[in-house]
Amino acid sequence: MTDTDMIRAEHVRKRFGPVTAIQDVNLHVRKGEILGLIGDNGAGKSTLIKILTGYHQPDGGQLFFEGEPIHLRSVVHARSLGIETVFQDLAMIDDLPVYLNLHLNKELVHRPLPFLRRKEMRRKAREALDSIGITIGSVTDPVSQLSGGQRQAIAVARSVFSDAKVLLLDEPLAAMGAKEGGLILRLLMQLKERGDRPGHHSDCPQLQPDRRRRVCDRVNLLQHGTITFDKASKDTSVAELLDLVHAEYRL
Amino acid sequence: MATNTLIGSLVRIRELSILLVTIACAGYFALTSTGFTSLDNGHTIAQYIAPWAIVGAGEAMLLICGEIDLSAGFVFTLAPFVLVLLNNNGLPLFVALLATVVICALIGTVNGLIRTLFNLPSFITTLGMAFLLQGLSLIISNGSPVPAPADTWVRTTFGGARWSELTWALVIIAVMQIVLSASRFGIYTQATGSNPVGAAESGIRTSRVKVVNFAVTSALAGFGGILEGMRVGSFDPTNGGFNTMFFGVAAAVIGGTALLGGSGTVVGALLGALLLGIVYDGFNLTGVNANAFNVVLGVAILVAMFLNTYLSVLRRRASAVRGRT
Repeated sequence: MTDTDMIRAEHVRKRFGPVTAIQDVNLHVRKGEILGLIGDNGAGKSTLIKILTGYHQPDGGQLFFEGEPIHLRSVVHARSLGIETVFQDLAMIDDLPVYLNLHLNKELVHRPLPFLRRKEMRRKAREALDSIGITIGSVTDPVSQLSGGQRQAIAVARSVFSDAKVLLLDEPLAAMGAKEGGLILRLLMQLKERGDRPGHHSDCPQLQPDRRRRVCDRVNLLQHGTITFDKASKDTSVAELLDLVHAEYRL
Repeated sequence: MATNTLIGSLVRIRELSILLVTIACAGYFALTSTGFTSLDNGHTIAQYIAPWAIVGAGEAMLLICGEIDLSAGFVFTLAPFVLVLLNNNGLPLFVALLATVVICALIGTVNGLIRTLFNLPSFITTLGMAFLLQGLSLIISNGSPVPAPADTWVRTTFGGARWSELTWALVIIAVMQIVLSASRFGIYTQATGSNPVGAAESGIRTSRVKVVNFAVTSALAGFGGILEGMRVGSFDPTNGGFNTMFFGVAAAVIGGTALLGGSGTVVGALLGALLLGIVYDGFNLTGVNANAFNVVLGVAILVAMFLNTYLSVLRRRASAVRGRT
């Protein structure tokens, strides 16, 4: 618990009726750090992420953002603070072209005139996608013509190119091909190296533990709604992680 | 292959297919009837299409953001009587006109607020509002027509002069198309209709987008009703109604606006209105039996839509080929 924590949760609880989704979760992410959150289905990963994005309000405990106690009222409120989320549903507008999706709700206009700067947005979108190596035919194509992986890559790119202080990825590699999956992980590494963009917290999926371990600085394991394991990636191994997840099913 | 790419890029323009169908219809009537190409007949067609295009412009925006306004036709009916009421109570005609348009926008705002605050489907909300407004029109007018206010510059400018109704329609179409394709609000309207959840997750205030579009649609419909009454010289409580509303919606949908939201253009609504106007006028000139008129009109609309859809399929195929190369 230091001042460099971007986001911190202390004793956070959430119940849905009789079901306790998470209980007494303590979690923190430092500036420039990538935290991988793993856990079995139903362990409470999604609930925890949704609390950190402002989608759910916790029943108890306290969130801190940049050291200050904070109550996240909504996703929009969290975003205004610099907590960007890539939701599993991606929030893509199928009928709009790629470059408008990248600029959604952050469109460039000819100030003081309210007209869109489409040419400039096309150029910036092209630059942004080129710089992270996402290959698509044309930034003017509607998103509906892209593959699932390409859509996901664009959703991640959109969050990255906003002024995010914390980036939350919910199942970032779901529905991704090997190529796009590698692309996203490379993108996260780039962001970390750049350093100007602090604190990333990614909710990595269960699958491909090896790839995840290479990218994350630290791994937290969530079991039955509470964090049971917190170690730097370099101090652990795939075997140990799998062992922990599977331990409770062994006779 | 230069010709191939030229055709390819032409086919990619969304409105082109409906324009081709419209030109084909105009050509057919020009050859088969006498007087279709005269200026006077052009004026007649303009009288048909102006109200449909004005109502259609608003409906296109609403359809794009995933809503529909069935009451627009009765705002069209009611507005002239509100104008007379205000004028009779001492407001100068021009001020009364502006106030009426504002009142119509408020009616639309009420539609939008009921839709978004209580989460009622816009179909039911605006259907209820339609009957309410129809009743109000009959009460205010006492069920009988009222002569339009005497000749002044206001009357001449807003519908009285020979081409003024069409001119206003074209100005409205141009302004609304610019709003849709060149402003952030236009992008929000498309995003709201295409993926409401995603748009909200991106921080777009989708409810406000919808309310504004409801208000704009009603304001336009009311303004269109005033123009129509001023042109005819008489305010009639049987004007407008569901007929005008459905022609407006049909114009928007024929012009390529998706009924379920997400995509469409305002210019398309003008072309849709033009096609409907030409077909309507053409069958009048060729002397279709009055009883069979709606049968012929209905078949013509279906055929035109079929051609339009078929051309859209060709367009998509062309753009897919271009995308691959």
